[in-house]
Amino acid sequence: MKLLPSIISATIATTFVVVLNTKILLPAPLGKLLSPQHGIWQNAENANQDFSADLKFPQLKGKVEAYLDERLVPHIFAEQESDVFFVQGYIHAKFRLWQMELQTHAAAGRASEIIGAKALAHDREFRRLGMTYAAEIALKEMESDPETKATCDAYTNGVNAYINSLTESHLPIEYKLIGYKPEQWSNLKTALFLKYMAYDLSGNDDDFEMTNAKNYFSKEDFDLLYPQKQDSLDPIIPQGTIYPSPKVAIQLPATADSLYLNSTTLLALQKQKPDRNNGSNNWAVSAKKTKSGAPILCNDPHLGLNLPSLWFEMQLSTPSYNAYGATFPGAPYVIIGYNDFCAFGFTNGGRDVKEYYKIKFKDDTRKEYWFNNEWKQTQFRVENFKVKDSLNYIDSVAYTVFGPVMYDKSFSGGTAPNNTYYALTWTSHAPSNELKIFQQLNRAKNYADYSQAVLALHTPGQNCAFACKDGDIAIRTQGEWPAKWKGQGDFVMPGTDSSFMWQAMIPMDETPFQYNPERGFISSANQKPADTSYPYYLGRNYPPYRGLIVNRKLAAMENITAEDMMAMQTSNYDVFAEAARPVFLKNIHDSLLTADEKKYLDILNNWDLNNELDSKGATVFNTVWDYFEKVVFDDEFANAPAVIIRPFESSLLDGILRDSAYKFVDNITTPQRETLADAVTTAFAKATVDLKKAEAAGKLTWGKSKATRINHLGKITPFSQTDLLAGGGKHCINATRTTHGPSWRMIVELTATTKAYGVYPGGQSGNPGSKFYDNFINQWVQGKYYPLWMMTKGEANNKKVKWTMQFAKS
Amino acid sequence: MKFLSALFLTALLSIATCLYLPWWAIAIVAFLVAVAIPLKPFASFFAGFAALFLAWGSLAWFISSNNQHLLAHKVSLLIISADSPYILILLTALIGAVVAGFAALSGSYLRKN
Repeated sequence: MKLLPSIISATIATTFVVVLNTKILLPAPLGKLLSPQHGIWQNAENANQDFSADLKFPQLKGKVEAYLDERLVPHIFAEQESDVFFVQGYIHAKFRLWQMELQTHAAAGRASEIIGAKALAHDREFRRLGMTYAAEIALKEMESDPETKATCDAYTNGVNAYINSLTESHLPIEYKLIGYKPEQWSNLKTALFLKYMAYDLSGNDDDFEMTNAKNYFSKEDFDLLYPQKQDSLDPIIPQGTIYPSPKVAIQLPATADSLYLNSTTLLALQKQKPDRNNGSNNWAVSAKKTKSGAPILCNDPHLGLNLPSLWFEMQLSTPSYNAYGATFPGAPYVIIGYNDFCAFGFTNGGRDVKEYYKIKFKDDTRKEYWFNNEWKQTQFRVENFKVKDSLNYIDSVAYTVFGPVMYDKSFSGGTAPNNTYYALTWTSHAPSNELKIFQQLNRAKNYADYSQAVLALHTPGQNCAFACKDGDIAIRTQGEWPAKWKGQGDFVMPGTDSSFMWQAMIPMDETPFQYNPERGFISSANQKPADTSYPYYLGRNYPPYRGLIVNRKLAAMENITAEDMMAMQTSNYDVFAEAARPVFLKNIHDSLLTADEKKYLDILNNWDLNNELDSKGATVFNTVWDYFEKVVFDDEFANAPAVIIRPFESSLLDGILRDSAYKFVDNITTPQRETLADAVTTAFAKATVDLKKAEAAGKLTWGKSKATRINHLGKITPFSQTDLLAGGGKHCINATRTTHGPSWRMIVELTATTKAYGVYPGGQSGNPGSKFYDNFINQWVQGKYYPLWMMTKGEANNKKVKWTMQFAKS
Repeated sequence: MKFLSALFLTALLSIATCLYLPWWAIAIVAFLVAVAIPLKPFASFFAGFAALFLAWGSLAWFISSNNQHLLAHKVSLLIISADSPYILILLTALIGAVVAGFAALSGSYLRKN
């Protein structure tokens, strides 16, 4: 034998194996990844995949059938109620496990365990926000309700039953590409998921930015730039509604003027924020306005567009109820949907439920803080971060009576604030059972059931729409809302005593609501819930425009059909442009325009105000408006602190509509006084430069300019869908922007046999190798819907059923 | 004849062991088959190389065409920055082939006298 050549060959072979199995030399372990029996090939789902299965689990109490239709929507029938949630968990995991884990790791501030040190700043922020702290508190509350606990336990068992059945070769592809394995699910993770949604919907605040703006500008300017009233507001609960006298009497703190409204220190904090456009539309029309004589409810939540989608369609049927709709992988129940009696949907309430208080510590140890004339002890929560490929990181956060001291010397989101400490109060920290409202809505039969169900909604507060087969429609701007004095919470508040804390929560029976209103419809589109006659402070910055166009359309419609509602939900009419364009056209120096500028002015003038995908006018308007905002405000903000908020969009539009001598159109860096026409003309000239470039690149039409895209959650580009040609926009009912838009569209007509329609931009499968990964996107882009099927048990032989998963007790 | 036996045995045993063991079990299989079936070194190398080239190549091709190359289009962009399912399949085949070839070569030298 030839030992040396043998050893050399063996060494070469071993070297290849090591290089191809690790990331020592290559960016990925290609041997592992491309092995046909282990790696990505195992995720290349057969186009004729058979999803039928016969499964047995000891935790099940009885038999369950999950009938999968041709869109891979499961229709689950269980004999025992908790079994339906076991199977819901199993199926959520089967199709969306990676997404569920990623979202809950991000919520828990554990992203660095998966992707390493670059996620540590995010993770620290999320733990200091008290996300895991809040989830633990919520979990305790959820588990104290026997039904919620039983449901969560079953759901968790179902998810784990799937996880435990996974072999390495069947892991979702992202685990293989990133190089980790799933861990066990728990009820805490469901609570974390719900807190993730709470963050997305109630986690936005501008307290630091507004404080700096108030301290930088004069009072007169500040009130013009960030007014408390919006001229164009058509509130959710209409003007003229009489509100009862408030039961809670709120006291303005004695030091409000000196320490709060008139303080002048500037702050230097930067932080992550959820998308402020997270919002939605919903409405319901009463029987007297529809052709069928049955109410119709519509809802389209607006969130970041991702693959896999946030939503997963499902039917849950028990002996006592049948519910269908969009569910959240990560939590049980149907979230937005309908049952045999009624339909329900949500838009974000949007009120400010997050406050910051300036803390005075005795010293750097942060062990004591000054509160109500004495030094109080803090409590420390130690956060341990297991950072991938790195050392553990330890962060200790001081907790006060307000909540966690989120910002301190060691963490200021980027810039050191010189011995200033800020504690966070957030309604999300208070005990609540966020699943209870869905538990009750899924089986609600009438208005009384709905009214009872919504009382359980705490954070995030939502505008809950309801419609029932017996003809009732209703909306409640529901949630756990602090009862505030005028201006409370707009800015960072003093934290050395209790006078600026929330004094009470708004009593539930003082929630603005409508029930079978005379006008025949209810609606909400994230505008302010009520006008100034409502006795509690509602804050300043709400988007008023979609609400205007929704109400205008609904008021004018009669004999409404489901198709009418589809046309309305996908309407690209821009009501903001409707108000702004005349101001532009009336205030421009025609004689000073170049040929190019005249061309675009013509396009703007002839535009039909619809943001269709092939519209040039929409691109022209939006480009001009963006530059107009800059031309008007860049000079005023040139020397402002970095952490600041630009004026509300409505401030500028309201301002120029009210008065063409709007103060800020003057460029303060020039000696002469500019007029509105000067500002518009300048904006037009700047916009023309961009528009010409866009036109040359073939991107002048709105669809190309907006370039809607749906990003993979792990930012893996080949798993994303880019350059989707869609119309719509921020101020249209079809609020489709670049990476944000209607994540679910639903229309439910409550005739005796419910007729429902829905679509979301994604697919039921989270596997990029499956043909069910993104097969709904085309339909959604085209503004079309799928009919939703509430299956009955007797339809097991219906040809719509493609596969059957049988579950039984083992 | 011995060459073909070595080739088919390596291919079949690789597929069988990979049902239970990690991917690099193909190296052990190729090594052992080369020890068991005496061939000149180059022939052994080529038997191992061709066995896995065919086994991994055809498995990947079979899986991918049943998938209508949906995933291969995406993963090839990720791994080789080019949209080419066939190059990805070829790369798969080559990886298996090279590892098995050198493992077989080692076994052949061990046996050679």
